[in-house]
Amino acid sequence: MTRANKTKGLVAAAIAALVALPVVADENAKLIVNDEIEMITEAPAPDHMENMTIIRSGWTFRTKETQALQMDDFENPGMPAVDAAMDAWNTVEGTAGKACATCHEGPESMKGVRAVYPKWNEAAGEVRTLTMQINDCRTTNMGAEEWKYIAPEMVAMEALISMQSRGMPVNVAIDGPVQATWEQGKELYYTRFGQLELSCANCHEDNYDNLIRADHLSQGHINGFPVYRLKNTRLNAVHDRFRGCIRDTRGETFSVGSPEFVALELYVASRGNGLSVEGPSVRN
Amino acid sequence: MRLALGMAAMSVLVAGAAPAGEIAPKDVVYDEYGAVETSLTGVPGDPANGAAVLANRGTGNCVACHASTALADVPFHGEVGPMLDGAGSRWSEAELRGLIANAKMTFDGTIMPAFYKTSGYIRPGNAFTGKAAETPELPPLLTAQEVEDVVAFLMTLKDE
Ligand code: HEC
Ligand code: HEC
Ligand code: HEC
Repeated sequence: MTRANKTKGLVAAAIAALVALPVVADENAKLIVNDEIEMITEAPAPDHMENMTIIRSGWTFRTKETQALQMDDFENPGMPAVDAAMDAWNTVEGTAGKACATCHEGPESMKGVRAVYPKWNEAAGEVRTLTMQINDCRTTNMGAEEWKYIAPEMVAMEALISMQSRGMPVNVAIDGPVQATWEQGKELYYTRFGQLELSCANCHEDNYDNLIRADHLSQGHINGFPVYRLKNTRLNAVHDRFRGCIRDTRGETFSVGSPEFVALELYVASRGNGLSVEGPSVRN
Repeated sequence: MRLALGMAAMSVLVAGAAPAGEIAPKDVVYDEYGAVETSLTGVPGDPANGAAVLANRGTGNCVACHASTALADVPFHGEVGPMLDGAGSRWSEAELRGLIANAKMTFDGTIMPAFYKTSGYIRPGNAFTGKAAETPELPPLLTAQEVEDVVAFLMTLKDE
């Protein structure tokens, strides 16, 4: 209910210094990874967002301990998966006898890619998530089998690709050919699903920074994906998270990779325009 | 708007018969402020069971959104809704019954779920499985007697 805790400043800082707040995150902490990559964890809300002025990364809502895990790649539990993806990147697979590396050289060639996905693919005439693009390369360019939408191999590859853009601001396009999909995603975001009749906005826009039972509600951004969750001790895909959040409304979810979730991903990504790409990030 | 659709759906569907003497969800009568005068069961509520319902994740889980000093021994209270202390002084029994049965009749568009309602949902699921509901009407989140028990508990939350 109260939004008083959003009025930050010297007073709050002074109080924080005096009172121990065990579960509350230090929302003014700075995220610098490996003492090197400076992340934008708070930014002015993009113009298209009518109800918010400031956007904040999910990192700012987590405890000091969880925050620290993301500040050093040696401690980031998502990194072993990235190593595995590095091997996959160099592995020849499929009838064309090619690896990702055959055409794309090192993964550094993917710098900037994560920041602009989902995006329009002109040739295919569709909005593509990073997942769809990777699978298109596997099938069309390699003659290999698709990976399942949220298979560990897929999520790990997304982590490897996201890493190349860490620190760059998310900047997905919302107009032109993607506009209709974006509108669909927005509509889904404000739909009150399930027997509990809750929309994404009810929790992540109306109530961020509030506790819902033991959970400190964030703004539900996806700039940190894939996200290593301490709760299930693995990297998690965006659609996996969406599915969990709709399930928690006692609602019928959409499938991972469905047109609805692609649209929702585009819309949610655009709410984070201006925050840094953080993946693989760490959350609880 | 959604409410209107919900009501239409309800009048088309035939609700499962409520046990004798109970008012079925579709038959609950709300006054213009959302209050419900008549007990849903005619059986006085049990405040101790009501307190248990507020704390139970599987039924009321009210503490997910509300804090309450009387339930201080239950871990983790939310802050999405107002503190419940003094609710029994702020509201009459009929108002509380209406608030629990369907808070949207009292607070238009509120985030608080309707606990004694069976239809009018968008993509209703089969509890927390993420799968589609198996019947057009869902069992209400609370039984009629649980609503009465919760109301009885809330009535004990008086201002000092
Ligand atoms: C036979 C060559 C080939 C192989 C092998 C290949 N790709 Fe591609 N990939 C392409 C081409 C061509 C494009 C489109 C380039 C463009 O238009 O930006 C592309 C585009 C991409 C993009 C989108 C880049 C952007 O800027 O939007 C990603 C991501 C990608 N590939 C990942 C992979 C991964 C991961 C693998 C291995 C699993 C892989 N590719 C294997 C040829 C290949
Ligand atoms: C009942 C409240 C609730 C609803 C409704 C809800 N979520 Fe969430 N969501 C949570 C909680 C609790 C978490 C974990 C803590 C946090 O990051 O907010 C979470 C986390 C997330 C995250 C991860 C954020 C991060 O930094 O890793 C995303 C993304 C997300 N939600 C998106 C959505 C979307 C999209 C919807 C609508 C389909 C939705 N949520 C609906 C409660 C909710
Ligand atoms: C998803 C969050 C949520 C849940 C779960 C929830 N409530 Fe609420 N409740 C609210 C909100 C928000 C309000 C404030 C009404 C408004 O302005 O929308 C409220 C209002 C109330 C009020 C009136 C507030 C006052 O002035 O005292 C009472 C009483 C109440 N709730 C009781 C309950 C009980 C009992 C349960 C469990 C059976 C419950 N609530 C479950 C969110 C919730």
